[in-house]
Amino acid sequence: MTQVLLFNVFNGLIVGAFYALMALGLSLILNLSGVINFAHGGFLAIGAYLAYSMMPYVGFWGGLLIAPLLTAGIGIIVERLLIRRLYGRDPLYSLLLTFGLAYILEDVARYIWGAQSVPYPIPSWLTTPLSTSFFFITGYRLFMVALVAIVVGALFLVLGRTRLGMRIRAGTADLETVSALGVNVSVLRNLNFGLGIYLAGLAGVLAAGMLGLQPTIGTSLIMPSFVAIIVGGLGSLPGTLLGGLLIGVASGVTAVFFPSATEAVMYVMMGLVLLVRPRGLLGEEGRVQ
Amino acid sequence: MTAIDKRVSTPIIWLLLLTMPYWMDAVGGYTELACRVVVLGLAAMAVNFLLGFTGVLSFGHAAYFGLGAYGAAMTIKYLFPSTALAILLGVVVGTVAAAVIGALIRKLRGTYFAMVTIAFGQVFYFIVFRWNTVTGGDDGITGWSRQPLNLGFTTIDILHDDKAFYFMVLAFFALAVGLMALLLRSPLGRTLVAIRENERRARFLGVPIERHIWLSFVISGGFAALAGALFALLSNFTDPRSLHWTLSGNFVIMAVLGGMRSFWGPLLGAAIFVVLQDYVSSHTENWMSFIGLFFVLVVTFFPRGILGIIKRRLGQ
Repeated sequence: MTQVLLFNVFNGLIVGAFYALMALGLSLILNLSGVINFAHGGFLAIGAYLAYSMMPYVGFWGGLLIAPLLTAGIGIIVERLLIRRLYGRDPLYSLLLTFGLAYILEDVARYIWGAQSVPYPIPSWLTTPLSTSFFFITGYRLFMVALVAIVVGALFLVLGRTRLGMRIRAGTADLETVSALGVNVSVLRNLNFGLGIYLAGLAGVLAAGMLGLQPTIGTSLIMPSFVAIIVGGLGSLPGTLLGGLLIGVASGVTAVFFPSATEAVMYVMMGLVLLVRPRGLLGEEGRVQ
Repeated sequence: MTAIDKRVSTPIIWLLLLTMPYWMDAVGGYTELACRVVVLGLAAMAVNFLLGFTGVLSFGHAAYFGLGAYGAAMTIKYLFPSTALAILLGVVVGTVAAAVIGALIRKLRGTYFAMVTIAFGQVFYFIVFRWNTVTGGDDGITGWSRQPLNLGFTTIDILHDDKAFYFMVLAFFALAVGLMALLLRSPLGRTLVAIRENERRARFLGVPIERHIWLSFVISGGFAALAGALFALLSNFTDPRSLHWTLSGNFVIMAVLGGMRSFWGPLLGAAIFVVLQDYVSSHTENWMSFIGLFFVLVVTFFPRGILGIIKRRLGQ
């Protein structure tokens, strides 16, 4: 029993790390630009399919490296053309716009790559289980966690140490002052959006290796990311990370005792958090409009 | 100008609604489509009660719509074969759910409120999706149909006579819309608009903001549940898609397209959306792209909505 439980906790952590990766991208965009990016799941799917398409030429590692960058490029273009016009307006409009984009991206994926689920091949040395007697965990899952840890570490390093990261953090706190100090806010938001979409693309490639590929892959993964942000606290990136891991573990543990409530449990958790701390676990008072 | 407008436009709207089954065929539609326009129009107006008249961005109304649908379907299938009871219980189920969720989120605002409503909308989706034994899971609730309407002195067969069913739907619509208009004219409705215009000022005037937002959320959820119950009766079927967040988004785009600031706007938006979706999905497999493009176009070019633009032209 404890073994099963331990396994599921660990598995939950893996899933949670993945939710966190996606939620961090959403959170970055939300914090600086106030846009709830519904199309995040769509970008995730596009990233995964791009990696799938280029795999015969560049292999698994090439896809992992290039596809998220390409997705970020698409994101930057979309921000320039469509989303930028809506800054400063009622958040309703950007929400609806990205909602429409989510429809379009899913349909584009279906149109180009077909509605059927396709397998996403990963290097064979990653698919072999590390241990069958104690944990049934494949190397790929371990690799995923390690990669997410590295990427999240790098993200916090970029935000904490570089000029761009400093500006993003400052802009999140007070965009007007940052603008008055001579920072080109428009470019800043554009790059920040690209960074968020990069994380979505990366999450897509990783998810494809675990779940296989289908056009709805993004739509099904976006809700847990929302929950992760709310549980962790709006406006706090460490909070988002914590929220993602927490709901992952909660789902994992629930899968042992009450399998049919695996998805619902994260929403129950969200309800409890809102009841006790309406701003989320690490959300700061007064930061949310 | 606007006063004359209302005196002319309201009777025209009702005249169009009353005669819709008779000219729908002539313009290439069918009676079921007319029912869909009215039902989804009611849902969009319910959403707009919050969005347009309270100024709260709620994005999860499919939950209450879907619960209304399931409440109605399960009443007829398991409890008692009565259409009236089905509608009543559907509304009760949806309203109670809105009351619980509303109590949890009444303190939140803006994007935060929107995100939490989206996420909470999905709880019920997963419950219905997973609870196979009771809800039929992914397959939904089938094997039931709406029952003849017993008025005491006569019985109306709304199952086979689709025009009779349309008029029943319209009667409930009229009841709901009348109540909505009454509520908006009452001190409660005025207070909600005051909160929309300036929440801080309303708070300083001593208005209990949280309680009003909760109340508005519950009322809005109740009307959405009514629409959901009617929707289930319309197709004699309901499935988890009636609770999915994509439907919530559709309700909001209907309200925005028609005009959030006007009472009838969402109905107009719903009519356009429903007819367009019906047309596009019967002509191409890629209807999702068209709907998505439609969202982008509406937000980019008609953020005030059609009635908003007309009002502006007339007013200035």
